[in-house]
Amino acid sequence: MNILRTIVIAVLLALLAFAIFGPITNLLIWSVAETWYFPAKLPQSYGFAFWERVFRPQGNAMESLGNSVLIAVFTVIASLAVAIPAGLALGRGKLPWRSAFLLLFLLPQAFPSLAVHMNIARIFYSLGLNGTYTGVVLVHTIQGLVFSVWIATAAFSAVDRELEEAAANMGASPFTVFRTVTLPLALPGLMASAIFVFLISLDEFTGTFFVGVPDVTTMPLLLFTASMEGNYQIASITALILLVPSVGFMLFIERFLKADVLAKVGS
Amino acid sequence: MLSRRASLILIAPAVVLLGLLFLYPLSYSLIWAFSDEELGGWGLQNFIKAWGLYSRDVLFTLIIVTLSTLIIGAVSVAIGGYLTLGENRVALAVLRTLYRWPLFIPFVVSAQLMRTFLAKNGMMNNIITSTGLMDPLAATSFLDWRGIVITFVWKQTPFVALLVAGAMAALDRSTIEAARNLGARRLRILLGIVVPQVGTTLMVGLILSYVVMMSVLSVPLMINAQTPTMITVDMAWRINAYSDYGVANALGFITYAMTAVIAWIYLRQGVREGGRPQ
Repeated sequence: MNILRTIVIAVLLALLAFAIFGPITNLLIWSVAETWYFPAKLPQSYGFAFWERVFRPQGNAMESLGNSVLIAVFTVIASLAVAIPAGLALGRGKLPWRSAFLLLFLLPQAFPSLAVHMNIARIFYSLGLNGTYTGVVLVHTIQGLVFSVWIATAAFSAVDRELEEAAANMGASPFTVFRTVTLPLALPGLMASAIFVFLISLDEFTGTFFVGVPDVTTMPLLLFTASMEGNYQIASITALILLVPSVGFMLFIERFLKADVLAKVGS
Repeated sequence: MLSRRASLILIAPAVVLLGLLFLYPLSYSLIWAFSDEELGGWGLQNFIKAWGLYSRDVLFTLIIVTLSTLIIGAVSVAIGGYLTLGENRVALAVLRTLYRWPLFIPFVVSAQLMRTFLAKNGMMNNIITSTGLMDPLAATSFLDWRGIVITFVWKQTPFVALLVAGAMAALDRSTIEAARNLGARRLRILLGIVVPQVGTTLMVGLILSYVVMMSVLSVPLMINAQTPTMITVDMAWRINAYSDYGVANALGFITYAMTAVIAWIYLRQGVREGGRPQ
């Protein structure tokens, strides 16, 4: 009975592992396949010729990668610029209607975003923001806003108030208290929110699809175009470049987002 | 300590940004959906046209997203349940490291993964035929509605399972131990004691996933190249090919409505079960 149960568990876990890693393995094979024609089960020849094409300095892949990173950096800056004050007010201040404000930032998650994005694109078009970096950064910022504000709020809430009071009692001005006590203690949580927003921006597709075209191409858009053109090697290499930070973040998130901060999210 | 005024000033930039980039376009989408471009004024013209052209796609979207949500719920409960009630240490460790991998992988990457994996000559069919379980000639491509469901489940299950497993881990173990001492089987404990207590978390996770899947454009475009397709594809098509914001926004309103119905069912359930979501 026990052996039977162990076998069943082992088979189920093997199936799960196949379901999760099968598609990833297939992608890895595609990224180093030089020729792979039907009906062969594995590529006829392997090599890195397509990697060279992707990483050629003048190729459009490098341009997309540069665009993606640049946009993600500015999205993080824009998000933190509004989320740190907001998190301070929500986590530390005497904000009236506090829970209503928290819910307000959650609202974009309650609506299917595509229908909003296409109207942002229309509004941006009339403002001349379509196809500009600013436009894309703004669309990415609004998508990351709920996470940056909620995590910043949790990070500031988790800071021990007695430490701030101690500093204030020793004669520190409110700004000095913030700079030397509150901000350093909240920093790991803010870092987590920054990394998360960076990742959201890096991976964002729909908003860029409507607002960025035709001038701003990011990695996800390049991946999409390559895949639809049947260029599976380029698509797979691009997908792999996007896959690495996603999996890395999944593996290391617990280091950045400590349990004390996590417990305060949404409270 | 910040004063009320200082707090309001500090939160103002974030609220203004939200207003300009979310509430303003959202109200625009409603205005466009309900305005009648030919006669002027308000009307349901866009909805009549949208329904005439895309009613099959609306139904298709509803079925795909609902089915995916149900499967995600079942798999998440199974994963969370085993992590909470399982006894085999090796299996627990393997499952814990395994299930989270797709958590942050974007939809567009998941779609590319599945586009090659589920193809007629993809790795899935190759491995099944190599084991002799299926005749190579019987291999079919899964790149249709099944492909969309598989991609959605693959990508969204880790998120819901993570929430559910977290909620289950925080439960008071005494009721579980009591039931176990009385000889209850683990499946019975899971469905009778554990799942009812994490119902709210499970529903929140599922509703968030439902909303996300309702607005994914890349997956139906890359996985399912035929009709019927999901309404996100139709919305993009109306805009890119015809600049027809009226019909596109009518379809957008339909996605809001399909989301609102689910949220309403959940809230009504909460009211029936004692006046408050637990």
